[in-house]
Amino acid sequence: MAHVSRGFRGKRAKEREGDRLPPGQYLVEGFPVLSAGPTPHTPLEEWSFSILGLVAEPKTWSWEAFGALPKEEVRTDIHCVTKWSKLDTTWEGVSIDTLLEGVEHHATHVLAFSDGDYTTNLPLEDVVDGKAWVATAYDGRPLEPEHGGPARLLVPHLYFWKSAKWVRGFQLRDHDEPGFWESYGYHMYGDLWREQRYAGD
Amino acid sequence: MLGEVVELIDETPRVRSIVLDIPHWPGHLAGQHVDVRLTAEDGYQAQRSYSIASAPEEPRLLITVERLPDGEVSSYLVGELRPGDSLELRGPIGGYFVWEVRMGGPLLLVAGGSGIVPLMAMLRHRAASRTGAGARLVYSSRSWEEIIYREELERLASGPAGPLVIHTLTRTQPPGWTGYARRVDGAMLAEAAWPPSHGPTAFICGPTPFVEAVASALVLLGYPATSVKTERFGPTGG
Repeated sequence: MAHVSRGFRGKRAKEREGDRLPPGQYLVEGFPVLSAGPTPHTPLEEWSFSILGLVAEPKTWSWEAFGALPKEEVRTDIHCVTKWSKLDTTWEGVSIDTLLEGVEHHATHVLAFSDGDYTTNLPLEDVVDGKAWVATAYDGRPLEPEHGGPARLLVPHLYFWKSAKWVRGFQLRDHDEPGFWESYGYHMYGDLWREQRYAGD
Repeated sequence: MLGEVVELIDETPRVRSIVLDIPHWPGHLAGQHVDVRLTAEDGYQAQRSYSIASAPEEPRLLITVERLPDGEVSSYLVGELRPGDSLELRGPIGGYFVWEVRMGGPLLLVAGGSGIVPLMAMLRHRAASRTGAGARLVYSSRSWEEIIYREELERLASGPAGPLVIHTLTRTQPPGWTGYARRVDGAMLAEAAWPPSHGPTAFICGPTPFVEAVASALVLLGYPATSVKTERFGPTGG
C-alpha cells in the first residue's frame, strides 16, 4: 500500500493519455536535453559509423556512405528515465537490420559507443527486427548536436539513455557488460513498462 | 522510504527547501538526487527527481524545489506540503555528477538559477570536511532577490579558505551593483574560472541553453571535455 500524500491530487495526464504513458512517467511538450558532459561537435568529414568486435569483418561507413543507405521514417513515443515522456516524435534513420546485413557474427550483445566516451549496452535482440535505428533527422530536420546529432541511436522501447547520442558504432560482444550510466547504478536493461530505472528494479 | 518533513525554508519567492528526517537514510554523495513520489487518495501517482542540497555530513536531508509554472509535483511541494507530512522518496541516485573530498580540487562550479542545488551540496561538503581544495562558484541569477542560499554563500565565502563566489545578475541589478550583469560567457569564464593548467574539475548545472553555453566555453578555454561534468534540467521539469 503506497503512502498517500496529504492534499495531493495531481494533473492526471496519464488518465488523459490512456495506456500510452508507462508507469511513473509524465508528458512534456518540449524536448529536454540530458547528457553528462559538453556536447561534442565532430566535423562530418571526420565522422564514421563502425561495427566492430566479434565480427568476421569489421565494417565502417563514412558520413557520405552512411547517407547513401536506405532510410526509414519512424514515428514513436520516447521515454526518459528522468520521467518525461514525449509522444508522437518523428525520426528518420537507418535500421540496425540494414547495418547488420551480411555481417557474420555470433554476438549476443552490443555496446554502442559515442563521441565523448559514452557507451551503453543492449542485448542484440533488442536492436534487430525493426526495433532500433541510427537516426540522423528529427522532426524533418537534421538532428541538432544537443539532441545527439549528427547521428544518435534510437531504441524507443527502452528508456532513452539507451538511445545513445553522438553514436559512432557498435562493439558486438558475446556477453553483457555495463555501459556508462549502467556502471553508475542505472539498470542494465531499462524496460520502461517494468520500470527498470535503477539496478535492482 | 519515508521522510518526515521537519522544516520548510523559503529561500526565494518561488523556491523552498524541505528539511527531511529519514530514519534509515543510507547516506549520499554531494551532487546526487532523490526521486520523490506523490500518491493521491485514489492511487494516482506522480514522481520527479530533485537534487540533494545537504552535505553528506549533515544529519538531515535537504532538498530544494523551485515551483515551476503548472508544475504537478513542484507546486505541491512548494505550496501544499507542511511540517509533519511524510514524503515518499527513493535514493540516493546518480554517481557521475558527484564530488567527494578525496577527488581533490580545484573545483569550478557554475550554476544557473536552481542549478545551484547540487553544487551547494558540494560547497557544504567542502566546508564540513575542511579540505584545502580550492573552489570557485560562478552563479547566474535573474535578480538579487532570486539568489538561492544568498546569505549562506556570503558566510561561506567570508570564512577561512572559503570559496570565491562570483554572482552575475542577468535581468535586474540592485542600485550600486558592480558585479557582472550578463549571461555567463567565455569572457566572464576567462576572468573567473581557474585556468586549465590548475587541473580543475568543472561541474555545471542549470537549464539546457545555459549548460550548453558554459560547457562549450570551458572547452574553448582549454578544459578537457572529460573534466567538465554537466547536469541539465529543462523548463518542463514539472
